[in-house]
Amino acid sequence: MHSAATAGDFFFLSRIWLIPLFPAFGAAMMFFFGRRLQKATVSAICVGVVVVAFLFACFTVNDYTHFAHGTGQPFEKIVYTWLGSGDGHLTFLKKDGSAAAFNADAGFLLDPLSAIWLLFVTGVGMLIHIYSVGYMAHEGGYYRFFGYLNLFMFAMLTLILANNYILMFVGWEGVGLCSYLLIGFYFHRKSASDAANKAFIVNRIGDAGFILGALTLVWYLGSFRFTDLNPLLRSGHFAIGDPVLTAAALLLFVGACGKSAQLPLYVWLPDAMEGPTPVSALIHAATMVTAGVYMVARSNAIFVLAPTAMKTVAIVGALTAIFAASIGLVQNDIKRVLAYSTVSQLGYMFLALGVGAFAAGVFHVFTHAFFKALLFLGSGSVIHAMSGEQDMKFMGDLRQRTPTTFWTMFIGMLAIAGIPGLAGFFSKDEILWQSWSSEGGAYRVLWFVGFATALMTAFYMGRLIFLTFFGKPRMSHEVEHHIHESPKSMTVPLVILAICSVAAGWLGVPPSLGGSNPFGKFLEPVFAKEAHVMQVEEPRQLAAGEKEEEHTDPMEYTLMGLSVGAAIVGLGLAWRAYAHAGKDYKEPIAQAAPPLYKVLYNKWFVDEAYDYAFTGRRKVGDVRLGVLGLGEASSWFDAKIIDGIVNDAGWVTRAVATLSTWWDKWIIDGLLVNGPAVLSRFLSYPARLFEWGLVQWYALVMTAGLVGFAVYYVWK
Amino acid sequence: MQNHILSIILFTPLIGALVLLFVPKENKAAIRWIANLFALGGFLISLPLVPRFWATLGDTSHQFKFLEGTVNNWIPSIGAGYNLGIDGISFLLIMLTTLLGWISILSSWTAIEIRVKEYYIWFLVLQTGMLGVFMALDFFLFFVFWEAMLVPMYLLIGIWGGPRKLYAAIKFFLYTLLGSVLMLLGILFLYFHHHTLTGVFTFSIPELYKTAPQIPFATAVWLFLAFFLGFAIKVPMFPFHTWLPDAHVEAPTAGSVILAGVLLKMGTYGFVRFSLPFFPQVITNTSSTFMSLTVRGWMIGLSIVGIVYGALVSLMQKDMKKLVAYSSVSHLGFCTLGIFALNQAGLSGSVLQQINHGISTGALFLIVGILYERRHTREIAEYGGISNVMPIYATITMIMFLSSMGLPLLNGFVGEFTILQGAFTANWRWAAWAAPGVVLAAAYLLWLYQRVFFGTVTNPKNEKLHDLTPREILTFAPLIICAFWIGLYPKPFFQILEQPVNQIVQTIQTASPNVNAGAPRLAPFQTWDSSTHPNSALNNAPSPAQQASAAAPTKASN
Amino acid sequence: MVPITTLHYLVVAAALFVLGVVGVLTRRNVVIILMSIELILNAVNLNLVAFSRMWGNLHGQVFSIFIVVDAAAEAAVGLGILIAFFRNKETINVDEIDLLKW
Repeated sequence: MHSAATAGDFFFLSRIWLIPLFPAFGAAMMFFFGRRLQKATVSAICVGVVVVAFLFACFTVNDYTHFAHGTGQPFEKIVYTWLGSGDGHLTFLKKDGSAAAFNADAGFLLDPLSAIWLLFVTGVGMLIHIYSVGYMAHEGGYYRFFGYLNLFMFAMLTLILANNYILMFVGWEGVGLCSYLLIGFYFHRKSASDAANKAFIVNRIGDAGFILGALTLVWYLGSFRFTDLNPLLRSGHFAIGDPVLTAAALLLFVGACGKSAQLPLYVWLPDAMEGPTPVSALIHAATMVTAGVYMVARSNAIFVLAPTAMKTVAIVGALTAIFAASIGLVQNDIKRVLAYSTVSQLGYMFLALGVGAFAAGVFHVFTHAFFKALLFLGSGSVIHAMSGEQDMKFMGDLRQRTPTTFWTMFIGMLAIAGIPGLAGFFSKDEILWQSWSSEGGAYRVLWFVGFATALMTAFYMGRLIFLTFFGKPRMSHEVEHHIHESPKSMTVPLVILAICSVAAGWLGVPPSLGGSNPFGKFLEPVFAKEAHVMQVEEPRQLAAGEKEEEHTDPMEYTLMGLSVGAAIVGLGLAWRAYAHAGKDYKEPIAQAAPPLYKVLYNKWFVDEAYDYAFTGRRKVGDVRLGVLGLGEASSWFDAKIIDGIVNDAGWVTRAVATLSTWWDKWIIDGLLVNGPAVLSRFLSYPARLFEWGLVQWYALVMTAGLVGFAVYYVWK
Repeated sequence: MQNHILSIILFTPLIGALVLLFVPKENKAAIRWIANLFALGGFLISLPLVPRFWATLGDTSHQFKFLEGTVNNWIPSIGAGYNLGIDGISFLLIMLTTLLGWISILSSWTAIEIRVKEYYIWFLVLQTGMLGVFMALDFFLFFVFWEAMLVPMYLLIGIWGGPRKLYAAIKFFLYTLLGSVLMLLGILFLYFHHHTLTGVFTFSIPELYKTAPQIPFATAVWLFLAFFLGFAIKVPMFPFHTWLPDAHVEAPTAGSVILAGVLLKMGTYGFVRFSLPFFPQVITNTSSTFMSLTVRGWMIGLSIVGIVYGALVSLMQKDMKKLVAYSSVSHLGFCTLGIFALNQAGLSGSVLQQINHGISTGALFLIVGILYERRHTREIAEYGGISNVMPIYATITMIMFLSSMGLPLLNGFVGEFTILQGAFTANWRWAAWAAPGVVLAAAYLLWLYQRVFFGTVTNPKNEKLHDLTPREILTFAPLIICAFWIGLYPKPFFQILEQPVNQIVQTIQTASPNVNAGAPRLAPFQTWDSSTHPNSALNNAPSPAQQASAAAPTKASN
Repeated sequence: MVPITTLHYLVVAAALFVLGVVGVLTRRNVVIILMSIELILNAVNLNLVAFSRMWGNLHGQVFSIFIVVDAAAEAAVGLGILIAFFRNKETINVDEIDLLKW
């Protein structure tokens, strides 16, 4: 559809497939030679390839803007036929009975949506690679770490640039794998390998949903390719609420829940903090976990046709946001607070997608990538300074000793809390406004959820910063003595990310604040055509996603004021409770409502409930439920019943055989065969007197007989 | 020479066995070298088949290629012929067999210390038997190879096996024999049925294909069941699978590799080569049911139960080899699911998955064998932290585990996904039921990996384990290369499978046009763009000309 | 000189034959018994060759060659059995080889 002639004019754009291959090359180098390389060489190669990928990506996106001329026309480059015979003779039957080719290409797609992801993934990825050089300097398995990171970049870029669901799934599973490998990086720790397994298996549940969703689509529509699907879906041929499309959208959303840690599949992400901190920043905050958002945004044409799925997305998103935020309020591990914060922010993004504000959701992904990566890397810097201590109970007063870390993290906190002027403010406010106004206010209850979450976010982020950097030092003297600011390779990325955390928001200033929202404009072509769906009874639903940008509502300013107020109140409360925390500081929630504190501290006991009900790692009484219970039952069934039947068949055969043997021995053989034999033997006794066994005697008798005959005949 | 390439491939291992007969049994080194030479030779000799088969892809007028022998040339009085020929399906399985044969013989270098000579001789005989099964175009010849291959396998388990080897060997032998006896009855029925119709006694498979449609339905059901039992035991499908864990656990490593890699494929091959083309009317029949499921419903049901059940049982195993054995039940469930999806995607995915299973599960057994050779135990609890002492081994294991659990860009995904697509388009519920198998595969393999490789070395016996030797790495290298190849660029495999798969689907389509089987109507794929109205795209019924071209390749067999 | 006729050969052959038979009947050593059997066979050979000459055709000679081959085979098998037997019983005395009685 997109002519190769024009694509050939763009050097970088026509070689877009090289972008994922740069990090893949780095990973391959580490795989084959990493063991023998110096740390300096390892970092040169692995950071180098990501830098090259970032530069290449920048040039590619630049090419793309010239290619598309602002129309948002997608650029597609098919490298080769991956699945399928490539000649169209391997077909399958679609739902309507017509045939379509079984085909998935290794093809790459660049449109505004993937361009945004491409830039921030390579950009943030590059910074985190640089940061890791300092952070991992004293760790074993240096090459392994960088190899995995590069492999991750490869998978993530494949996910982003894929032109069809199946190649996207390659990246989708690939990032899951790298996440597994990196969470389990400290594999000698049981908790790390447990967390790694949990991450992979929970993700796999989502992946099964993804695959089934993709299969539903191809069965219904005949292609995996986005450039085939989107025009078809927007052609007006399909009714809103089409059950098959709804099913497909829900299944895809199951996949997104797994990858982006939404209820009920969020459980792996907090545990994933067992990995090294740069990993948490790269994979579990900035990039991989936003893959679900990306996929839903990429599938927006399907979702707008499935209002049920949209509602599900919005509700799940909002619930996840407040649920995770509530847990984040009381956690003591600095990284876990950030992890729950990530889950909560991802909930925001899905809330945005669910109410049809795709661009707002994507914008929040974009800003979140910067400030959450910043916060994670900052926490890594803190942990580095604290000689590995992660518990905020034993921190405090790091403000002066690690000034760069403090200031950058402080900016990150302001950004995530939604203080005006910083990135988080613009994106979060956009989401809240959209959830208030979408669908004529059908989702207003979700606005309240989002608002409450904003308050909680400000509180727990304030708590994190104040407990860490303010108050009295609560660490041991040993640790206190070693506190130091991190090396340049770690602080420079922090500073860059801090700048981005401020600046990124200004790309999407809404018209109500006098901006022109260039970010939204850039993305518009990707989401613009939702309104072209078939007109059915509920025309109101068509507005999903299509916002009347120019129109400003006084209500918007009210809500804006409210959320800024919430942020300030949250931070204020946190300041009051923690800013002067000494060694015996009190948790306000624990004092106000101890049972609530216990529930929150234990994460609503969800892990335990899952262990009882789904995994079966804990027994309910004497009974084991869940998968392990099923496994035990199946094993028992296999050994006792199925193999039992086989062995019983063997036993019966042997019993019958024993009986037959007896019959054979005593009746057939004994009576009928040996009977005559015994008789013959009895009769033979007289006869055998003649047999004495010496061969020469027989010969003599024979000879004598012969001679006798001869004599007889001669005589006669 | 040109026309006897199949015979040459077939008998190279047997010649090796004959040569070994003349080597004194004390000279173990010579025996090992000769056996490995012939195994490698067997593989290398099969390589020229690849370009030559590739060159015949365009020729769709013949179902079988590289034909050898004429009908009834072997024992004319009973109508048996030495008839060889291959299509895409058997071609891939033959290549898998020669590759795995070489690898398993290479892997036995230090593992076998007693009766070395007999071991290699039986192994090479086994190799010829397996190749013969995939090449034979004559039922008599087929059955001879099918049974002949049981004996060496029986001996491999019974002599070089573990503590319960006799139980396992006898169970394997009797169970398999039970199935093949019934199959023999089925073959004889087809043989006499052909004689009744044509007056000619012949075991030739292509000839019997022609008369099979005239078998009355009621009889065909019984015939199908007779063949089904023979193949289902071999595959093994749930609930005929219990010989497999025992045989695998007790067999020597190389025996397990061959058992999982090739022997099980003979069952699925049987389904594809015989059950489907001979009895399409039974499989697609929708009127007669047993316990409210049709024949096809039963097949699919058993496959899906096998997938989930095998994975669940696998999860609970304490013995590594048993775990891998049960995972085979799960994977082979996918293969049979693909076969009975009765469409192109399902069938080609199934054959591809058979190859993949040979590669990854073969490698998994080698992996278990390597630890067993060093520690003489397969108890998972005995291990832990192995990746500290054997990093290369841990890496290779991770790759093969990922391949086995179907990670994209490795081979397992391609097969599983294609099967799922086939199953989904036949009936979406089937794919939905099979999907938990994919999740469970990750669970049991990763849990195994965690228990064996992660953590610190807790058992002092594991502290001194040495990492892989170059020979051991060499045994894995081809498998890893194949895993990546199929994962990254499976297109040639799909191209090779296209013709035979279309042929089978066409046969089924002819037998019962109403089955939702994914017709090989060769409509060129129409891409949608803004210029064409989607209505036309959605209703793009293939033109008569395209249907005619689809039917053309299959005329030979109908 | 008396011309050597067929009769002479027959007499020699008969003498050989009787020697052979006596050997078979009287000796206890199996090796010697086997050798005696050879004598008997050679006596027959002599007869055959003699008659062949008398009738002027080759039938007898062909037969005799068969018998030579046969004798060789028989000796090989006999000695083989003997060695196997000796390994077990450490004797080749024919009197002690009486396992087949009854």
